Amino acid sequence: MRRVAIVGAAMTKFGEEWERGFRDLIAEAGLKAIEDANMSGNELDAIYGGTMAAGRLIGQEHITALIADYMGLNPIPATRVEAACASGGVALRSGYLAVASGHHDNVVVGGVEKMTDVPVGEAAIALGGAGDQEWELFMGATFPALYAMMARRHMHEFGTTEEQMAMVAVKNHANAAKNPYAHFQKEITLRDVMKSKKVASPLKLYDCSPITDGAAAIVLTPLEKARKYTDTPVEIVASSQASDTLALHHRKSLTTLNSSVVASRNAFNMARMKPSYIDVCEVHDCFTIAEIIAYEDLGFVKKGKGGKAIEDGETTLDGKIPVNTSGGLKGCGHPVGATGVKQAVEITWQLRGEAKKRQVRGAEIGMTHNVGGSGATCVVHIMKRVN
Amino acid sequence: MSSMTVGLPLTWRRIPERYNLIGSECEICHTKYFPVRRICPQCRRKGKMKEVKLSGKGKVYSYTRIYAPPSGFELDAPYMIAIIELEEGPRLTAQVEDCNARDVKIGTPVEMIFRKIQEDGKEGLIHYGFKFKTVSGTSHILQE
Repeated sequence: MRRVAIVGAAMTKFGEEWERGFRDLIAEAGLKAIEDANMSGNELDAIYGGTMAAGRLIGQEHITALIADYMGLNPIPATRVEAACASGGVALRSGYLAVASGHHDNVVVGGVEKMTDVPVGEAAIALGGAGDQEWELFMGATFPALYAMMARRHMHEFGTTEEQMAMVAVKNHANAAKNPYAHFQKEITLRDVMKSKKVASPLKLYDCSPITDGAAAIVLTPLEKARKYTDTPVEIVASSQASDTLALHHRKSLTTLNSSVVASRNAFNMARMKPSYIDVCEVHDCFTIAEIIAYEDLGFVKKGKGGKAIEDGETTLDGKIPVNTSGGLKGCGHPVGATGVKQAVEITWQLRGEAKKRQVRGAEIGMTHNVGGSGATCVVHIMKRVN
Repeated sequence: MSSMTVGLPLTWRRIPERYNLIGSECEICHTKYFPVRRICPQCRRKGKMKEVKLSGKGKVYSYTRIYAPPSGFELDAPYMIAIIELEEGPRLTAQVEDCNARDVKIGTPVEMIFRKIQEDGKEGLIHYGFKFKTVSGTSHILQE
């Protein structure tokens, strides 16, 4: 296996991008990432694209053919990767494996979702496909409801409170307000979250990530060639993925995602690192409870102590382990297929020292944690600044 | 419109499970599953699956009350969804109704009832299946 580096990273503004369609978004992110890598399109060997529900959201399948076409990259191979909300992270891993194996040298990985071309209800149905359509969604469950049932168990088993969950939203909005690419540009208060309307008890509107348009892209190359393209390569020192039951009700526990536990443990082994080595981390906070569970599953705190960690400010920008400096899914927005790639873009910027107002000083090692559905897929990457 | 319009064959295939709570049991490790599985995830090729009818009695493992319903469930909202742990072991997701919402807690005993789940518009299929109610519950109107 060859060592792999990120040499280009870019994203579009995330938000309700009425003026731009699917192909505009991915072309912008892809071309900016290739430009960021100082690479010409002719040097690229392959495209991996992560998108979850283009068929349902814009009526278009075969989307990587579209991407190759509209980025002017024909005839190189273009492969779509789908793993619900982990589509972007799994696309990144596919690109990583292609370069690590020696089969391809220069690979562009894109993630994209165009969600606001359909009414909100239709987007919610499309997202429901990430769960068990026949045995969860059919019965009237929704994605907020599934995470609400995790939250209820977490409160029951560990005494986690609605206020602690709300603090995740407050922190991530504060970070998003420092990120010009984020969907939400405003800070919010604990009271705003607590007073927001109920969605699925105990979760309220501000506990939930929004419906967002956006795209992100990363350019990969073998580490040994990385200096040809950039002075600030970022090495992917671990890539790991794990699976769990499709339906939430089949899990042994609702207060942990075993896919997160396994993927992160394997990633730390691969990188020969421990959780305490991580300087900055992007986790999958599709709902506020998901971030609290992630602190525990990734090993930053002991099981059950996630609520206390947010309350004690351990994960703020100047905390012990800054989490979701981009604003996370909650503040930066969650165009599902783009999210996993966007996390890698944020970590790349952090490790290069380019994150401006939200820069974690001296960040050398970063991590991304991208979850599909209610935890049926988890993909984890660890990145390191190359000195 | 239902949450996801599905055709007649799929609905028919699911009738034994959705109407009568037919699940599977592995004759090798005796683990029971719901819904039906063809392969025992623990024994895999060594396993031997047979169909088994589940009692419909269990208790609430976790629950939530949905205020933002998916399309097709607007008239039901707010309604309660729970993960139920059946006394035979398997867990499933179902609505809890016909009882006082305040009585539904983690650990509350519940039993299966047969209800309409959703319909595909005014002229489409009506989908039936299981919901649950608290064992002690009578027919109070759902209230909080």
